[in-house]
Amino acid sequence: MSAPVDAYARLVRQGPGAALARRLGAPRPTALRRWEAGADLLTGPALVLGIGAAPLAADVSRWLAAAGARLADAEAATDDRFGAVVLDASAVRTTADLAAVREPLAPAFRRLAANGRVLVLGALVADTTTVEAAAVQQALEGLVRTLGKEARAGATVNLLRVGEGAGEALRGPLEFLASARSAFVSGQVLEVGPARGGDAARASAGPRTAVVTGAAQGIGAAVAEVLARSGTHVVCVDLAAQGEQLARVANRVGGSALHLDITAASAPAALAEHLLRRHGGADVVVHNAGITRDRSFVNLDEAGWASVLEVNLRAPLRLTEGLLAREGALRPQARVVQLSSINGIAGAKGQANYAASKAGVIGMVRALDARLAASGGAASAVAPGFVETAMTARMPLLPREVGRRASSLQQGGLPVDVAEAVAFLAGPAAAGISGQVLRVCGQNLLGA
Amino acid sequence: MSVPADPAAAPVPEGRLPRRAAILGGNRTPFARAGGRYAEASAQDLLVAAIDGLVARFGLAGEQLGEVVAGAVLKHSRDLNLTREAVLSTALSPRTPTYDVAQACGTGLEAAVLLANKIALGQVESGIAGGTDSASDAPIAVDDGLRRVLLALQRARTPQQRLAALSRFRPRQVVPATPRVTEPRTGLSMGEHAARTALQWHVSREDQDLLALESHRHLAEAYERGFFDDLLTPYLGLRRDDNLRPDTSLEKLAKLRPVFGRDEEGPATMTAGNSTPLTDGAAVVLLASDAWAAEHRLDVLAHLVDAQTAAVDHVRAGEGLLTAPVFAVPELLRRNGWTFDDLDLVEIHEAFASTVLATTAAWEDEEFCRTRLGLDGALGTIDRKKLNVVGSSLATGHPFAATGARILASTAKLLAERGGGRALISICAAGGQGIAALVEAP
Repeated sequence: MSAPVDAYARLVRQGPGAALARRLGAPRPTALRRWEAGADLLTGPALVLGIGAAPLAADVSRWLAAAGARLADAEAATDDRFGAVVLDASAVRTTADLAAVREPLAPAFRRLAANGRVLVLGALVADTTTVEAAAVQQALEGLVRTLGKEARAGATVNLLRVGEGAGEALRGPLEFLASARSAFVSGQVLEVGPARGGDAARASAGPRTAVVTGAAQGIGAAVAEVLARSGTHVVCVDLAAQGEQLARVANRVGGSALHLDITAASAPAALAEHLLRRHGGADVVVHNAGITRDRSFVNLDEAGWASVLEVNLRAPLRLTEGLLAREGALRPQARVVQLSSINGIAGAKGQANYAASKAGVIGMVRALDARLAASGGAASAVAPGFVETAMTARMPLLPREVGRRASSLQQGGLPVDVAEAVAFLAGPAAAGISGQVLRVCGQNLLGA
Repeated sequence: MSVPADPAAAPVPEGRLPRRAAILGGNRTPFARAGGRYAEASAQDLLVAAIDGLVARFGLAGEQLGEVVAGAVLKHSRDLNLTREAVLSTALSPRTPTYDVAQACGTGLEAAVLLANKIALGQVESGIAGGTDSASDAPIAVDDGLRRVLLALQRARTPQQRLAALSRFRPRQVVPATPRVTEPRTGLSMGEHAARTALQWHVSREDQDLLALESHRHLAEAYERGFFDDLLTPYLGLRRDDNLRPDTSLEKLAKLRPVFGRDEEGPATMTAGNSTPLTDGAAVVLLASDAWAAEHRLDVLAHLVDAQTAAVDHVRAGEGLLTAPVFAVPELLRRNGWTFDDLDLVEIHEAFASTVLATTAAWEDEEFCRTRLGLDGALGTIDRKKLNVVGSSLATGHPFAATGARILASTAKLLAERGGGRALISICAAGGQGIAALVEAP
């Protein structure tokens, strides 16, 4: 079990601090369970529930068992707390179906273990054929987001909307959201469709090459580390000035370091050339490099406005164009993962430049996804909430504390939480996910 | 742009070597003036940083290379296995063998030549060569008299013997012996030697200052265009050589007072501006066979064609201490059938501006070339537009053993940038020695 991430969490964990916090109703964040080599998928047995025909329940049970989970029987008289509760609501089409959700789910939710997982499987609203079906499927979203807020002790609640013909493509997202890798993902909705490039392509994944920009520290370094965990060679990109830390990261993950100013006019061609010659192309591109120049909009000068757009938006656009333009620089089924921000979704005071750039990249991945689809590739974005990095450590105390507590998990995330989501979207497990924005924010109140 | 390595297209072996070693790239720390940014870093720390930067650049973490060859001029007695101990601290496989070499300022280039020769002979397929030096962390030894007293004391068996040993102790022996940049056989500093050579070849103050200015300008320009982005990794927060003075001028250089040659009969011309300072830093190059490069999908920047060392008699014959390359280069060119006209780039290590100018003056002197080099006439003139085009030691500084690898990596990259060509590297060294090498684009 990892230690609480901040001083406040330690204070209210036990003793007088805990008593006081309990009396005041102050937040008492739980240490989140994170990925460890060899650890079990879940902290307790998994309970699989279904409404109506529940066409996914059998596969889900099989997949969870194959991933090492013990399957629970809801009727059995035990005090076991559930490591995960999966509700197949994909066949819910009527208000009567919806009404039937409460009875099995409520007692199961009550028995959820610390760091437990609730996964609701719905249908794609677009796949529904009646107005009522669309309404009740949408209703599941309100339910899931509420359960996320009511969940306790590090538990998370998410909704997977499963498209027709998704088949095996559901397995990866299911396992990710059930596992400790999604520790800081809660109250989110992901849509899963059929695997792009087909299952055969997915199976042929050999040694892969990934590029991560801004890899010298923070989230970028964590992304490099998590990608390398599965044997991917990571080309760690950062400014020459960051070379010392960059070399340390590259050597730690067994990757390589590339000094590159991503805003330079020559950068796209240089990166394409490097990937082609040294690695025969890249399978994954993670646009992580970003800067902030916070100022209220009226006080923002030209340089402060332009520099943030240049690094955060124009550079990933140009780099991606450069890679697409160079035959072979991106391998078939290449995946582009772009770092966005919840501030790009919700806006943030003093961050007009940053929020514009981070909203812009969401538009970028949606349009890019359509282009990559032709070669079986995909683009997605990850929008972190409050993450404990060198950048947020420099924030003034009050906004920092508010940032940390204003989420269902009542704490800031760690760079590795964001990295896990990036690696998931970059990997074969996300073959059925494309053009989406996954928030890694502990269900932050912002921009929900 | 460099040409991709392709074993099938490997050049037919030329000359006397079965095959040529390929230079794939390099890495160095920025160089820091002694007592500055790296004051607390040891020569070993610097070497580790240089190697780790190279390993990161070429994705060699965990890789077992043929060997790592390096050395240091200012070496602590505890550093008998300097390179091995450094490698054990890097990301390379601990199963990578190493050895140390020492040839004063020629160390870095000599290390590369030794490794290249093993590659040429097929004894190893890949390796790293270079050098490191910290003038800040220089070894300080106890006074030699005191050392003898202590050794005698250790040998002593009886109280009488101990007393006898102690009786040889003198209070002045507590003053430690610090390393000096003086020649043991002449007692003259390297600068004093160079000043004599400058007078002999009538090297003017103006020419020396101009060369120093060009060195700083060239280095500053190279940094500006990102030339060093893949040749250098920042260390301890330093991103560029801190000896670099991009804004220096002939006026500023002309104001400096001469520091060497003030006791000579003739004008003293050598200043702190046209001489290299004591410097800390490390540099390494990655060498391999063409086949190894192709296997690792690495481009060959250039090949190390051949090398030649020479030494002069600076003790009895009064030859210029730093003029050995004057003799090494013509022999090297002759053996390979090259002339100055074949060269696209020339790198002459700037120990002092006067060293470079005396060297080129000697090659231009018909009489000298005939009588001393055994040539028919003057060896030729070095086109200044081809000389030290990205700056050299006057601007970067000169951590003795690191200089050879710095020059070799930059030269190989320059040739790759040109898309072809030939280069000469010439480095003078203490003890009246010198080493020269020929490099050619693939």
